[in-house]
Amino acid sequence: MEEKFINDFIGKFKEALNAENKEINLNDKFRDYDEWDSLRYLSVISMLDSEFDVIIEPKEFQKIETIKELINEVYKKLK
Amino acid sequence: MGFQHFRNVEICGIAACVPNNVEDNRLLDILGTGEQKFKFIETTGVVTRHVIGNQSICTSDLCLKAAEKLLNDLNWDKQEVDCLIFVSQTHDYIMPATSCILQKKLGLSDECFAIDISLGCSGWIYGISTIAALLQNGYFKKGLLLAGDTSSVTKSHKDKSTYPLFGDSGTVTAIQYKEGNDGLKVHTATDGNGFKAIIIPHGGFRTFYNSKSTQEIEFTDGTIRSNLHTFIDGPAVFTFGITKAPRSILGLLNYFEIDIQDIDYFILHQANKMLNEQIRKKLKLPISKVPYSLDEYGNTSSASIPLTMVTKLKKELENKPCKLVACGFGVGFSWGTIYFETDKIICPEVIKY
Repeated sequence: MEEKFINDFIGKFKEALNAENKEINLNDKFRDYDEWDSLRYLSVISMLDSEFDVIIEPKEFQKIETIKELINEVYKKLK
Repeated sequence: MGFQHFRNVEICGIAACVPNNVEDNRLLDILGTGEQKFKFIETTGVVTRHVIGNQSICTSDLCLKAAEKLLNDLNWDKQEVDCLIFVSQTHDYIMPATSCILQKKLGLSDECFAIDISLGCSGWIYGISTIAALLQNGYFKKGLLLAGDTSSVTKSHKDKSTYPLFGDSGTVTAIQYKEGNDGLKVHTATDGNGFKAIIIPHGGFRTFYNSKSTQEIEFTDGTIRSNLHTFIDGPAVFTFGITKAPRSILGLLNYFEIDIQDIDYFILHQANKMLNEQIRKKLKLPISKVPYSLDEYGNTSSASIPLTMVTKLKKELENKPCKLVACGFGVGFSWGTIYFETDKIICPEVIKY
């Protein structure tokens, strides 16, 4: 996976969280973020759909814990 | 494939009724601080809602008021109404069917065909398809579709993920047999895998009402509700909506070879702003073609499509021919889309109860 893809994804993830200045690391558990709540979750689903044309069903999404795992899942579905 | 074409029918009028009582989400304590309220409203799009509050009003009362007004404005003889369909999940009684009560209250003929349909957000699409199917052969000439819910009653006031989203409304759509009319083109679909995503767990016959039904339970997300309140799995519903609704609309247009550019308005079930905007963007529709009543009335279940038409498109519907697509999606999961044309229909101002 290219670094550009990772940076691009993180940028879009921040936008979905409405936290553009947030520092995000690949091993972060995103559910621990202060910004994370049910509305932001919907906003992330929406972002994945419109920016990457990727749908992650809630049952699969529940298993994803870190930013890195989320990026990997999206990348896998892109191909 | 769930495509159908009902010819020889036309929609001749639509009316909607809402409770006079208004609740303002900007003043709703369960939404938290001022900033949290703002964020909720910005994301969901719901600012105010008309709800019955402490009054003992049923969906059927709202529908009745709308129907009386519309029958009067259409100048229809009540004895000529051959069929009545009531679509709701907030019926008057477990039994009898509310449609029977409405037949009498409206003063319709004893020869009237009357049934209830238990659907929510997809209800208007299913109701109009069913009534069109009844009328298309010409035995029945005139039909009334009454659709709506008092959703505020089935939501816990301590559940900020559901209560602030829903408003109450009852609507009526008048449809008649008209030979030669192109009628309605319909797509309908169901996925019962999602039946637990929007559910009132107790009070039916799978889990009958018992001493535990009204017990309030605090959930990990901070919401408090009982098993007689509606539970909504937000992410599951959201994912369902953004996937199925655009596919249903495009599927219908494609199947019947209708050019998306020729449609004047797309009336989407008013779920919430983020979900509806996602659907709109996926279809690349200009905002001017996708009216919203969500800000003022919230999600009004099976009333949302006719209520949006009455409150946002009254002038257009009354004064010019319109090509319309309507799409409903939700509880069940159940969803559907219709394409239809109107030619200067009767559309009275929204009625307050």
